[in-house]
Amino acid sequence: MFGIPTQALFGQLLIGLINGSFYALLSLGLAVIFGLLNIINFTHGAQYMLGAFAAYFLLNKLGVGYWWSLLIAPVAVGAIGIAIERLMLARLYKLDHLYGLLLTFGLALIIQGTFRHEFGSAGLPYSMPQELVGGRNLGFMFLPNYRAWVIVASLAICLGTWFVIERTKLGAYLRAATENPQLVQSFGINVPRMIMLTYGFGVGLAAFAGVMAAPIYQVSPQMGSDLIIVVFAVVVIGGMGSILGSIVTGFGVGLIEGLTKVFYPEASNTVIFIIMAIVLLIKPAGLFGTQK
Amino acid sequence: MKRNLVSILVAAACAWCAVAQAQISDGVVKIGVLSDMSSLYADIGGPGSVVAAKMAVDDFGAAKKGMKVEILSADHQNKPDVGSNIARQWYDTDQVDAIVDVPTSSVALAVSQITRDKGKAFLVSGAASSDLSGKACSPNTVHWTYDTWMLANSTGGAIVKTGGDSWFFITADYAFGHALERDTEAVVLKSGGKVLGKVRAPLNTQDFSSFLLQAQSSKAKIIGLANAGGDTINSIKQASEFGIIKGGQNLAGLLVFLSDIHGLGLDKAQGLIFTETFYWDRNDQTRAWSKKFAAASGGKYPTMVQAGVYSAVLHYLKAVEAAKTDDGTKVVAQMKAMPTDDPLFGKGSIRADGRKIHPAYLVEVKKPSESKGPYDYYKVRATIPAEQAFRPLSEGACPLIK
Repeated sequence: MFGIPTQALFGQLLIGLINGSFYALLSLGLAVIFGLLNIINFTHGAQYMLGAFAAYFLLNKLGVGYWWSLLIAPVAVGAIGIAIERLMLARLYKLDHLYGLLLTFGLALIIQGTFRHEFGSAGLPYSMPQELVGGRNLGFMFLPNYRAWVIVASLAICLGTWFVIERTKLGAYLRAATENPQLVQSFGINVPRMIMLTYGFGVGLAAFAGVMAAPIYQVSPQMGSDLIIVVFAVVVIGGMGSILGSIVTGFGVGLIEGLTKVFYPEASNTVIFIIMAIVLLIKPAGLFGTQK
Repeated sequence: MKRNLVSILVAAACAWCAVAQAQISDGVVKIGVLSDMSSLYADIGGPGSVVAAKMAVDDFGAAKKGMKVEILSADHQNKPDVGSNIARQWYDTDQVDAIVDVPTSSVALAVSQITRDKGKAFLVSGAASSDLSGKACSPNTVHWTYDTWMLANSTGGAIVKTGGDSWFFITADYAFGHALERDTEAVVLKSGGKVLGKVRAPLNTQDFSSFLLQAQSSKAKIIGLANAGGDTINSIKQASEFGIIKGGQNLAGLLVFLSDIHGLGLDKAQGLIFTETFYWDRNDQTRAWSKKFAAASGGKYPTMVQAGVYSAVLHYLKAVEAAKTDDGTKVVAQMKAMPTDDPLFGKGSIRADGRKIHPAYLVEVKKPSESKGPYDYYKVRATIPAEQAFRPLSEGACPLIK
């Protein structure tokens, strides 16, 4: 097809899907936070980086392996997120979105700058868990076991989150609380606590993605800043705050980027923004967003 | 704008030497370290280059000689426009006399032109493009540490000789990557090898798996990585994940630095062959200097770029002293006229096209079992003498050479 063997094309599509898994995980966290808190969380990239560093420290300082890190790192980074929400973000809810954006952007710069000062830019190595070393030959490509695990884990987390928010009673409370906090509070539900935990959960998702990324990429201070811009484009394409939109767009954008790397690799860093521009022109609220 | 301008006064003022400084503009020799301070090349040059420049000022004994030297630094973010703006501001309003380092060839080429227009001095350590002493050479630029021709010739030549005769390039899509790919391809073809394909990856790419897969299906024996810093680290790391080496193909890191090996870890990097012009563990002098450097930069050992900054600044200051002026064009001419000598690169010289000449070392990364600890990473496989390491003067097409 187009001068490229079909087999090679399958390989590239699969790789696109793997990268899409990271986009989906990260944009999901952003969408949850924006949808329920109306905060544009620019620290998301730094929190993803913190997740990867948490895994690195757990392994090298405490001897805690990858699998426990997948659990501990998101909880730890989520707790930091909760502290940020309580101490800083909570003061901004009555103000324009822009203030939350500026605060989180500033925090991201501070966190990344501090880590760069301490650990340099070349990054730190993190080994793959023994269970997932190696891979299998699918006929059209060699699929490392770890990458297969990334797709499975990411899909499970994404669909689980979507189910909780869109299909359960807890999710209904959450959605109601964003529509009308006073009313929900009058039903005896502790809205500030719910919002605090939601932010912690969104941040935990970023940290989870960070742990997932550690064995593939370098654990480096700017790993998040490289990714966050793309992830924001994904959220804009999917529709700000739309859970399903962020998941579908995350995987979709990964696929399109993968194809670009075959046909015109020079543009693979920009193709996402071209799509974003087109979507904004045709459907300003995003593919899955609703105009308010 | 996040550009930060840190200025550090290095030498104290001295009143009695006013006569000696008659030719020094505004009484101070100002050297600007322009580097990537915050992104993928920050560990190669970056803050370590500032440390190296300051060490050169100390070792030159500027304070004792009564010369006032000041080191400034700024982050060019690997963007030619940002780098050009800083260079112009430094030259026009901050009275900077020389700019050093400047990794990222596209930025270095821009700064070289500005330096020439303003009649200042430009000491390149971090940038690689051999065009800096070739068709884009300038009477105000000295290319110090290494270049793409040297890397291609020694690494590429050595690999083709040992049977790696079919190549696929993964190239960083900007001036440096193109130059490195071009120079290596020429060596491969000249030695009887062939190039089966190439792919241009954007600078600062996170995921190389797609490009590696294309390289894998090309069935080339050697996958040449015409990239640097974080890009090289990610390609090597992901190549091992996708079973490229196990499948019988080999990687050629065309530009690899000590900091990259430190970031990768020896289990991923072992066996990699590449070329450096400086390695800290070569003799007593390099060891002593490097330990001092590490103490001043948080335990990180120097890359060849940082060593080059030290050596270039030291020679520049000697030339300022000898020429009794900080006029850029005159000082660079003086630098070329004097032989170079320092503890890191030994004795050498600077050619008329601005190319600094010294030996290069073909190194192989040790196995984890062979290494005694952090930064004990290389075995030197061959030393390429200075006259053979760099492109012959006649082949560079530098307009200064008639």
